[in-house]
Amino acid sequence: MSLSPFEVSSAALAPEEGQSAEALDAAGSIEGRSPLRLALARLRSDRMAWVAAGMILLMVALALIAPLLSSITGHSPYNPDLVNGTDTFGQPYGPGQAGFLLGTDNVGRDILVRIAYGARISLLVGILSTLLATVGGTALGLISGYYGGWIDALLARLMDAVLSFPYVLAAIVLAAVFGGSLPLTIGVIAFFSWAAIGRIVRGQTLSQKEKEYVEAARSIGAGSFRIMFVDILPNLIAPVIVLGTLLVPVAIVFEATLDYLGVGVGPPTPTWGNMLADDQGSAGFGAWWFWVFPSVALLITTLGFNLLGDSVRDALDPRTERLFANRRKKVVVGAEPNPLSRADSKRLGGGTEAP
Amino acid sequence: MTRFIIRRIVQGIVTLWVIVSLVFVLFFMTSPDPARLLAGKEATLTQVATIRAALGLNHPLWQQYLDYLGRLIHGNLGESYKLHEPVTSLLGQWVQVDISLAVGAGIIWLAMGLSVGILAARRPRSVWDRSATVFVLTGLSTPTFILGLLLLYVFFYILTTHGIAIFPGAGNYTPFLTNPAQWAHDLILPWLTLALITAATYARLSRSSLLEVLGEDYIRTARAKGLSERRIVYRHALRAAITPIVTQFGIDLATVLGGAIITETVFGLPGLGQNVVSAIAREDLPVIQGIVLVAAAFIVVANIVVDAIYAVLDPRVRLS
Repeated sequence: MSLSPFEVSSAALAPEEGQSAEALDAAGSIEGRSPLRLALARLRSDRMAWVAAGMILLMVALALIAPLLSSITGHSPYNPDLVNGTDTFGQPYGPGQAGFLLGTDNVGRDILVRIAYGARISLLVGILSTLLATVGGTALGLISGYYGGWIDALLARLMDAVLSFPYVLAAIVLAAVFGGSLPLTIGVIAFFSWAAIGRIVRGQTLSQKEKEYVEAARSIGAGSFRIMFVDILPNLIAPVIVLGTLLVPVAIVFEATLDYLGVGVGPPTPTWGNMLADDQGSAGFGAWWFWVFPSVALLITTLGFNLLGDSVRDALDPRTERLFANRRKKVVVGAEPNPLSRADSKRLGGGTEAP
Repeated sequence: MTRFIIRRIVQGIVTLWVIVSLVFVLFFMTSPDPARLLAGKEATLTQVATIRAALGLNHPLWQQYLDYLGRLIHGNLGESYKLHEPVTSLLGQWVQVDISLAVGAGIIWLAMGLSVGILAARRPRSVWDRSATVFVLTGLSTPTFILGLLLLYVFFYILTTHGIAIFPGAGNYTPFLTNPAQWAHDLILPWLTLALITAATYARLSRSSLLEVLGEDYIRTARAKGLSERRIVYRHALRAAITPIVTQFGIDLATVLGGAIITETVFGLPGLGQNVVSAIAREDLPVIQGIVLVAAAFIVVANIVVDAIYAVLDPRVRLS
């Protein structure tokens, strides 16, 4: 994805020709900074963003060292081990007992090792399905908004249909028909997420395509494809990045939910949702460590991405949040909803929401 | 206004038609032979053939599709393959559970979300506001089933094992008409599960909406007139700020009405959500179709109603 417009605008802000940079520095002039660099600077100075990055990196690290953890401890994430993993009465070990830091589950598997392997699945599904949904939604939204006419009518109805489709239900049906698997889970999540992004990109495209720069591009002979993806797209990149970041936790929760319902990446693959589903079924509530640790891992991950999404939004569009009311931009009645407001992310085919 | 509503209804019907067709393609083309399922395990080939003919399954696909649409228009959703009852009457029983869930949870999440949001918006950047942000982010990051398990663990398991059996465990449901007190008692934990997570969205939405409105000129005018802050917030600002919340509320209510799959699964409630999961497990196609259609119809209808209400609440919105 080209970030050229940022560079262009930075060039526009750069010192004029004929004046040397030193001369300007000497005059104590202001350095020109591109919107991207401004946004990054804002992000860097945001403490919440660092906390969020820390939470996400913790999970990434856990995912990366999963095989290492398994080989150091000698505990397999897949195979039940009733001999070493349970005590003489066949009961699972609690946290800290017999060298199991977070305890074992009811078939003697190390919960820490399984959580680490689960992090791989959660992050993979979260990021991959978000990428697919973002690319697909952006492309279809652009096409729908730019061409208008019957293409728009068709795509807009399709987006409405996808957004009104009971997606958990649809995912269960698909898993029942095709059998649950990792690629299917990623595909299903992407399929039910693209429309939310598509709808917002479409709305933005509708207003962008009326602007003079599009007319200018057309007058110098740019084709539709070039106008859509080279001229218009960079102007929509901020809401797309924000929505994309906020989609990741939704996708991760969606994946865990599908696993919990038994229609995601089925057992014996260690995923957080599978661990939670196993644990409720077999051991009940007595062994709290069965479900508390996977839940905490899931919460750290989703909270990390949600915090990061908030910070990214604030950095890209400082008007939206954390500003005092009276400094707000005036609302234009009847205009498109602010693409960055969280209200819309509720309809991201969202997973955190109720059922 | 009338033209707008008619257009939205037509659009809604088109959306439903798309969903119905998707359902038809998905279920009828990818699943095993319904006639064989219906006939049972010990049926002879001729029996299966008779049933196939009776269901019209030997017709070409396009004709089956048209027949299916024709039956739908007449409100006939078929009969459950396994429960041998008309799908419409089954849906009628199950949806009562979801209505119960939606009513209780809806009241709680609206009250909770609005009060947190107003509290945060009246004092931006205060301790209240920051606590509200923590509440919102936690709510948005928590999967429904984890909150459900947590509530069951704390309020059912821990309390009961300590001899304080106040809250019922999973698998209890009493219809409202049988015993209203028992109904509420059995549903309190499911309500809280749904409400706490949904309230987070409402808190965020009402905070940002109210902050937006409090920055408007007419609020400054109201302040200049010397009105009390209380009157300004509750009489002047909230009225304008409430519209996006109404929109969201309509959609969320419809989503729960169409089956709260996870909450129902965690708490063992016999609503549309739990029944669709079991219908899928036993490949009961007419039931699956019926529930998907009802769930989608709730959302489509809610979208239209919400748009109409929007125009009534906010006269500045011109419907076009």
